[in-house]
Amino acid sequence: MNRNIRTIVAAATFILMIAALFMVFDYAPTEADQGIVQRIFYFHVPCAWVAFASFGIAALSGILYLWLGDRIWDDLEYAAAETGMVFCTLVLVTGSLWAKPIWGTWWTWDSRLTTTFILWLMYGGYMMMRASADDTAQTARFGAVIAIVAAADVPVVIASVRLWRTIHPAVIVTKEGGHGLEDPRMVAALLVSLAAFTALYGWLLMLRFAQLRARTRLGALAREIALAYAAAGDD
Amino acid sequence: MEHLGFLFAAYAIIFSVIFVYVVFLWRRQAALDAEVSALEARLHALKDAASKSEASPRPK
Repeated sequence: MNRNIRTIVAAATFILMIAALFMVFDYAPTEADQGIVQRIFYFHVPCAWVAFASFGIAALSGILYLWLGDRIWDDLEYAAAETGMVFCTLVLVTGSLWAKPIWGTWWTWDSRLTTTFILWLMYGGYMMMRASADDTAQTARFGAVIAIVAAADVPVVIASVRLWRTIHPAVIVTKEGGHGLEDPRMVAALLVSLAAFTALYGWLLMLRFAQLRARTRLGALAREIALAYAAAGDD
Repeated sequence: MEHLGFLFAAYAIIFSVIFVYVVFLWRRQAALDAEVSALEARLHALKDAASKSEASPRPK
C-alpha cells in the first residue's frame, strides 16, 4: 500500500517537474531588470517553502514524540529534519548563485540570509547529534527539543524582510502588501514549481520515513532474537 | 543571455543534489531491507527449533 502511494507520488513528481521546467524556461517571460538569472527564483522559492514546511513537520513530530513517547514520531521528526536540510542547503546555494550577478557578492549578512543560515546551522547541529549519538530514548528526546527550538527560527526567517532593513527581495508579499511578480505567467510558473517541489518533498520524506521505520523494526527484532537466544541458553 | 552560467549552475546543483540524495536513500533502504529479512529468517528458525524440541519426548 505504502509502496503504491510512493510510486504514485514519484510519477506525479516527474510530470510536475517536467511541467515546471517548461513553465520556467519557455512560458515565463524574462525579467526586465535582472535578466535570465531571475529564473533561479522559480526553484529557489519552492526549495525554501519545502525546507520551512519540513522543519515545521519535524517540530510538530518532536512535540508529539515528547507527549506520546511513540517511536513513530521520532522517526518522522528525523526524516523531516534530514529532508529539510537537503532543501535548506539548496536554498543557500541557489540564493548565493543568484546574489553574485545581482548584488555583486556571493554572500552578505542580510537579515534574511543570516536568519536562514542560523536555521541551517541549528538543523546541522541536530543532524550531527543524531548521527554521532547512540540510538536511545534520551537521544530521541534531545533531538525533539532541538527540532522544536530550531523551528522557532522559521517564522523569524519569513518575517525578516518586513521586520528589519534588508536588500533581499520580498517577492511573495511586499511591504506594501502586493506581490513582486507583475506578470501572471511568472505567477503560474512559480505555482507549478511549488507543486513540483511539494510532490518531490513528499516522495523523499516517505522514502526516508520508511527507511527509519525499517531501522526501528530491525532494532526490535534484534532485541527479540537476543532474548530468544538467552531463553534457549537457559534451557 | 548574460549570466547564463549562474543559471545553469543553480539548476545543475539542484538536480545533482537531489539525485545523489535519492541514490543514497535507495542504497540505505536496500541494505536495511536485506538486514530485516535475514533477522526475520533467523528468528523463525529459532522459533521452529524451540517448538521441535518441545514436541519431541525427553529420554527417561
